[in-house]
Amino acid sequence: MKSLVAVLTVVAAIVAFWYAACVPMNIKGVLVAAERAGVEVTPATAKERRDMSEIGLSLSNSFAIPDTWAQDRPRLPAPHQVAIELWKTTVEKKITSKRSLIYHGWVTLSATLLGFAIGTGLGILLAVGIVHSKVMDMSVMPWAIVSQTIPIIALAPMIIVVLYSIGVQGIIPKAVISAYLSFFPVVVGMVKGLRSPDGMQLDLLRTYNASQSQGFWKLRLPASLPYLFASLKIGIAASLVGAIVGELPTGAVAGLGARLLAGSYYGQTVQIWSALFAAAILAACLVALLGLLERVMLKRMGMSA
Amino acid sequence: MKDTINTQPVIEARQLDLTFQTNDGPVHALKDVNLEINKGDFVSFIGPSGCGKTTFLRCIAALETPTGGTLSVNGMSADEARRQRAYGYVFQAAGLYPWRTIAKNIKLPLEIMGYSKAEQDERVQKVLELVDLAGFGGKFPWQLSGGMQQRASIARALAFDADILLMDEPFGALDEIVRDHLNEQLLQLWARTNKTIGFVTHSIPEAVYLSTKIVVMSPRPGRITDVIESTLPRERPLDIRDTPEFIEIAHRVREGLRAGHSYDD
Repeated sequence: MKSLVAVLTVVAAIVAFWYAACVPMNIKGVLVAAERAGVEVTPATAKERRDMSEIGLSLSNSFAIPDTWAQDRPRLPAPHQVAIELWKTTVEKKITSKRSLIYHGWVTLSATLLGFAIGTGLGILLAVGIVHSKVMDMSVMPWAIVSQTIPIIALAPMIIVVLYSIGVQGIIPKAVISAYLSFFPVVVGMVKGLRSPDGMQLDLLRTYNASQSQGFWKLRLPASLPYLFASLKIGIAASLVGAIVGELPTGAVAGLGARLLAGSYYGQTVQIWSALFAAAILAACLVALLGLLERVMLKRMGMSA
Repeated sequence: MKDTINTQPVIEARQLDLTFQTNDGPVHALKDVNLEINKGDFVSFIGPSGCGKTTFLRCIAALETPTGGTLSVNGMSADEARRQRAYGYVFQAAGLYPWRTIAKNIKLPLEIMGYSKAEQDERVQKVLELVDLAGFGGKFPWQLSGGMQQRASIARALAFDADILLMDEPFGALDEIVRDHLNEQLLQLWARTNKTIGFVTHSIPEAVYLSTKIVVMSPRPGRITDVIESTLPRERPLDIRDTPEFIEIAHRVREGLRAGHSYDD
């Protein structure tokens, strides 16, 4: 209960800061509109206003402050504008509509999930190879690290072009980009997890004269699960980023990335922000879902007290 | 005093050497170690840290490879004996898998060695009773006390038919009351199963109370300084530790440790 109050206080502080920030961000636009409507603003000319600071303008035109939270195309939309847009484009729109965020969210989510599955599978396979083969450890791991230093935004168009030229398009290129981002945390986490059994545990198996595959299935794999889940949570968030980035250079017509892009073409800041929030909410749900799965699985395995 | 049935020792070390190469030069973990362990013996290895007692036990288990001398276990090389699963090994920590119940933990070696399901269940029941943990098979390790966990790990080492039981300070991390209790139980278990036991400890009373043979070791280089054949009867109640005979043996162990100049430097 006490922590709930604390959490709500922090949330309220963030929202209050956001509302406060909207005033100086949007004041110039509001004053231009007010002047056109015949309202007296101080100072009177746009030329004089240009050299004044936004905060000074807000203070000398306090009557205009409420309008900074109600513009059509604000520089920074107010929280309630984003919330209303989110509500309209999710609950009030049919999900088959091209303006429904549920529809766009699903387009991105399907690519995310496919990419996440590919990335996780690839990550686990690479980790198993790295742990069992010194050659793979030395040859694959550096490339895996290097791969993550290349900005995905630079690589994404090339992946799409290359795949298109061999006739692959649609969901696959996006999933590939998303897999590219999500395999890495899985590799790192799984390598650590598969190596987590200590010397004593390995010695014990040696005293049983256990084979390498018995050691893998009975010791290394179960021991790695807590590490795997930590990686999966990072991986799924990275997958979503990958899928959105994959939608940007293609001029895709559907998906949260397409929504972001369309919003920025037409100066629809409210639409951009609501798409951003939709992506954030989606990521939070995915991570929470994995957290739940983790709790259930580890509990069943007796690993959480 | 020696039994006449079996003259071939179960474990025999001749001029055993083990030198580790480190960055600071060679470390002589074991030097010229000679020892015979007969069937049914309870042998304790005692000495200060660095004297090679654990290293010697690990050599018997083929977890370390000696750099010189010969070592035979059950009449073959230590590594062959390991492959034939000649011994059960109990580590200082219980090392139970947290994701397995106690019964499933004990089944681990049985699964690896390919016992049938029915046989696994039967053996688990048997060894759980042997270590006084009947009814705890369905619990997870974290639900048990440290002493109970260590008993479970002993049960795990007993589950398959190895004649030799190697124990590396199995009760080192437990408090003295629990340790006394476990020592008593271990003696009963030894009497019932007639296994050959190698037991590393740094407690003089524990070594004297448990052993038929006490091997006193000393560091730099790791070597045997004294081998004491116990004159105590095999049947040993806890209060045997107050008898003059017990105190006499304990005194000799202490003298042996001192003779090794183990604490001078």
